[in-house]
Amino acid sequence: MASLDDLKKRIASVKSTQKITKAMKMVAAAKLRRAQESAEKGRPYSEKMNNVILNLSNGISDKENAPKLLSGTGQEKTHLCVVMTSDRGLCGGFNSNIIKKAKSYFLKILDEGKELKIITVGSKGNDQLKRVYGDKIIENISFKESKNANYFDADKVGKMVIEKFEAGEFDVCTIFYNQFKNVITQIPQAQQIIPLNNEGEESSSEESYEFEPDEDEILSNLLPKNISTQIFKAMLENSASEQGSRMSAMDNATRNAGEMVDKLTIEYNRSRQAAITKELIEIISGAESL
Amino acid sequence: MSEEFKVEIVNPEKSFLVKDDVSEVVVPAFEGEMGILKDHISIISFLKPGIIKILSKSGDENYYVEDGIVEFKNNNLSILTSTIFNLADMDKSKQQDLLKEAEEEANKTDINDQSKYLADQKVEVLKTLN
Repeated sequence: MASLDDLKKRIASVKSTQKITKAMKMVAAAKLRRAQESAEKGRPYSEKMNNVILNLSNGISDKENAPKLLSGTGQEKTHLCVVMTSDRGLCGGFNSNIIKKAKSYFLKILDEGKELKIITVGSKGNDQLKRVYGDKIIENISFKESKNANYFDADKVGKMVIEKFEAGEFDVCTIFYNQFKNVITQIPQAQQIIPLNNEGEESSSEESYEFEPDEDEILSNLLPKNISTQIFKAMLENSASEQGSRMSAMDNATRNAGEMVDKLTIEYNRSRQAAITKELIEIISGAESL
Repeated sequence: MSEEFKVEIVNPEKSFLVKDDVSEVVVPAFEGEMGILKDHISIISFLKPGIIKILSKSGDENYYVEDGIVEFKNNNLSILTSTIFNLADMDKSKQQDLLKEAEEEANKTDINDQSKYLADQKVEVLKTLN
C-alpha cells in the first residue's frame, strides 16, 4: 500500500486537476451560449438562401446548360472532402466523431477506385488525418486567430473551393462537420455542396418569379455565395458543437475527479487508521511484556 | 388598405433589420436601381454595390451594401447581403477605409471583367458619399 505521504500528494493533485476541469467546463458553458446564439442568428440567412436557390433551380428552363456548380461536371471521378474540426483539444469525442465519419467515407470512395482530395479546416483534424491520408491532404486551414466563427473566414474557404472547382481539380465536394443537437448530442454530418443536391425538396411556392437579370445569371452569381454560406453554417454548428462537447466532457472529468478524490480519501483514512492501530498494538504488547 | 409592406434584411451573422411599416424600398439592383412598392410582382434579383433606401412612416433610412440578393414575394421583401452598413452609423474614417480597399481592388489587373465592374461601382458609390 502506498504511504500516507504519497496518498496525500495524489489527493492534492487530483483536486487541482478537478479545479482545472471545472473552470474549463464553466468557460465552455459561457462560450456555448454565445455560439448557440450566433448559430441561431445565422439560420435565417442560410434558410432564405436555400429557398431562393430552390425557387431558382426549379425555374430554370434549360437543365443541360445549368451552371456546373448546380448540375455537376457530369462525372464523379475526383472527390474533395472538406473536414471541419476544432483547433483545440479536450472536447470529448467531438473531433474523433467527425474523423470517424470522414474516414468511413474516404474508404468507400477509395474502394470505388475514385480519387480523393482532402482539405482540413482546424488543426486537430489535420493532426489525426495526416498519419493515414497525409498524401491526400491538399490544403490545411486553421482559424486560430479568430475568436468566433465569422463569415469572412468561411468566405475564404468557400472561394478556395470554388477556385479549385473551376480549375477542374475535383467533381464532387462534401463537407464534414458536427451538427449541434443539444449539449450531449452532436451529430456528425456529411453534406454534399457541389453539385448542389436538393432533389426531393419541393419548392415552397408554386408562384413563378420574375428574374432580373435572367435565371442563369443570377444562379451563377448566387451559387458561389451559397457555398460560402453553407460552409459558414457548418462553422457555426461546429463551434456550438465543440463547446457543447467540451462542456459535457469536462463535466464528466470533474465528476470522475470527485469520485477519485473520495476513493483516495477513504484509502488515506484507512491506512492512517491502520498505522495508528499498529502503533497501539506495538505499545500494548510492549507494555505487556514488561 | 394600407400601402405598407414588410422588409427584412439578413446578413450571415444575424437578422440585421426587420421593419413592417415600409412604404417604399429602393435597391441598387444589378441592372439599375429598382424601386419596390407594395404588391410588386414576385421578383428575384441581385445587388451591386450601392445604397438601399428604405422609406417608412418612422423615417427614412439609408444603408450601404456591397452585394446581396433581393427576393420579393407576397409583400415580403428579403434582402440577403454579406456586407451592410447603416449610413447614419458610418463615419468618415470608415468610409475612407472602405474606399481605399475598393480602390485597391479596382486597380488590380488580374481580376475578371465582372469583379472589375463591381469594384468600380464600389469606388463610385463611396466617392459620392464623401
